[in-house]
Amino acid sequence: MDYAAVVVLDIVYLIAFLVLISAGLAVVFGMMRVINLAHGEFVMLGGYATISCANHGINIYLAMLVIAPIVVGVIGLVVERLIVRFLYGRMIDTMLATWGLSLLLIGLVTLIFGNTAMSIPAPISGYAIGRFQMGGYNLFIIAITALMVFALWMVLRYTRVGLIARGAMQSPEVVASLGYNPSTVYMLTFTAGAALSGLAGGILAPLTGLLPSVGGIYIAQAFITVITGGAAVIAGTLTAAALFGTVDQLVAFASTPVIGELALLILAIVLLRLMPQGITGRFFRNST
Amino acid sequence: MTGSDFGAGRMPWIWFAVAAVALLGLPLVARTDTPALLAIWCLFALSLGLMWGYAGILSFGHAAYYGLGAYTFAVASFNIPDTTVPLLLAIAVPAVVAAVIGAMMFYGRISDVYLGVITLVVTLILNRFMNATAGDAYRIGNARLGGFNGMPAFPTLNVPGDPAAAIYGDGLYYVIAVSLLLAYLLARWILTSDFGRILIGIRENEQRMELLGYNVPAYKTAIFTISAGMAGLAGCFFANYAEIVTPGVFSLGQTAEVLIWVIVGGLGTLIGPILGAVVLGVLKLELGRQQLIDNSLVLGAILILVVLFIPNGFVPFFMQWRRRLARMQAQRRRVGGVRRRRLAMPDAEA
Repeated sequence: MDYAAVVVLDIVYLIAFLVLISAGLAVVFGMMRVINLAHGEFVMLGGYATISCANHGINIYLAMLVIAPIVVGVIGLVVERLIVRFLYGRMIDTMLATWGLSLLLIGLVTLIFGNTAMSIPAPISGYAIGRFQMGGYNLFIIAITALMVFALWMVLRYTRVGLIARGAMQSPEVVASLGYNPSTVYMLTFTAGAALSGLAGGILAPLTGLLPSVGGIYIAQAFITVITGGAAVIAGTLTAAALFGTVDQLVAFASTPVIGELALLILAIVLLRLMPQGITGRFFRNST
Repeated sequence: MTGSDFGAGRMPWIWFAVAAVALLGLPLVARTDTPALLAIWCLFALSLGLMWGYAGILSFGHAAYYGLGAYTFAVASFNIPDTTVPLLLAIAVPAVVAAVIGAMMFYGRISDVYLGVITLVVTLILNRFMNATAGDAYRIGNARLGGFNGMPAFPTLNVPGDPAAAIYGDGLYYVIAVSLLLAYLLARWILTSDFGRILIGIRENEQRMELLGYNVPAYKTAIFTISAGMAGLAGCFFANYAEIVTPGVFSLGQTAEVLIWVIVGGLGTLIGPILGAVVLGVLKLELGRQQLIDNSLVLGAILILVVLFIPNGFVPFFMQWRRRLARMQAQRRRVGGVRRRRLAMPDAEA
């Protein structure tokens, strides 16, 4: 019984983790059809922002929930204005340029912080289920992710900003003729996506520790979650994360974590072959 | 695309001869360690440049086939004393893997972006798997895969039929240099054949080629297979050069590097990727000598600038400039001619 609870909790945690690291990428890909290969580095920068602040005595929750998203959001804004906006409509070129950005950011962070691991302790202690010791911080991550998804859904569905963003996604011409500048909408969307990546990085920093190259760990999982999810930002990410999280953890419990991750990647390839438009390209077409 | 070096057409054989003499004469005047490594990278870049520049297929994970070549050679050479067979296997195994993956993707009509993701994921799978193969459980015949630490001390290349006569140093350099020249000729030959022209047609307009009755997925799978075999050979040479194979051959950095060499050098040319590999390879080795500036910082900045300002790479860019210059000169001559004629006319009347 305890064991079942542990398995279920771990599955829920992995799903939350996948949603958290994918959200920023999903917003940018779903809204703008831009694949940001520097996404992992945005997450990494969020982590560095959090740890730097925490080391300077700033409250850690303030650092990860407020400062990290703002810092990375501003970086995203600069990147959009300097690089990405010239490449809209050229998907492959965007991927190449953002891959260059990813390498550039890794190099810059190595230059500033050095190629050594940094870490901070998790601010929430563990608890026990029967004879299993569990990380309390994982529950915090699940809660924050649920909150983030709910807020994102509310914004996209029920606010004027969300309406304009969804409109710009469907037809930039119509939005422009109604008096909104699509270029501004794209700029703000990219900034919001970057801020979400920064939030993810901040929240995950106490768990994973940080290296300049840590983004590479996230990028593959975030990537396949978003691409397999398809165009609908929230429904797609949630379904794909639920599927991958469950398969990964079940296989991992049956064998080893590495085999679990391999199962996830192979499943992703099979799914992409069967549904090139992603899950929401085939099911739940009219969702957000 | 640029239409400059359309694959077919005249080939400056004189330049090829000069390059061949320079490559093969090099050991007489200089040490061959660095040139050997650069030639391996050239071969790797050529394999991606052939596929990306002419068939328009961009693999974000070409390191998968390079690494497979390296690992195949290392594993096979532990089990087969005469390493000529492992050399051939190092070409065949990546080619077969690519044929399977390519057929899956191309017959599934997967678009550019998803193709990039799938090829990238394949590389990541191999990287994660090889990192996890420490311990005795993971062995193929006599070869232990060795996980994160990789596979050291495998028998290197030997003269075919004589396992005792190992090829190393200058000898290895000659093998690599000749292979590079042959690979270039093979690529040239492909591009002048019907097969190459069809590939270029697919790059320009896939739907039109399909409507003309060509089996597009078959052609794409074929060039993917050839390119992977070439990358595998490069990987095999790298294994022999470094005398160790680690999961690093499958890393994101490896796959990014070759992509940057190709795009900086130039898409739609064969010499572009080769020059890109040489110039950026030398830059990488030089940057490796100092601690201050990271190689990835410089490569990243170069990639961003090239994509933004010269999206086809340097060689097509210079070719375009040369053509524009020639056109301007021709125009000036014509204008001059007209003026002379006008000046001459009153004379004729007089």
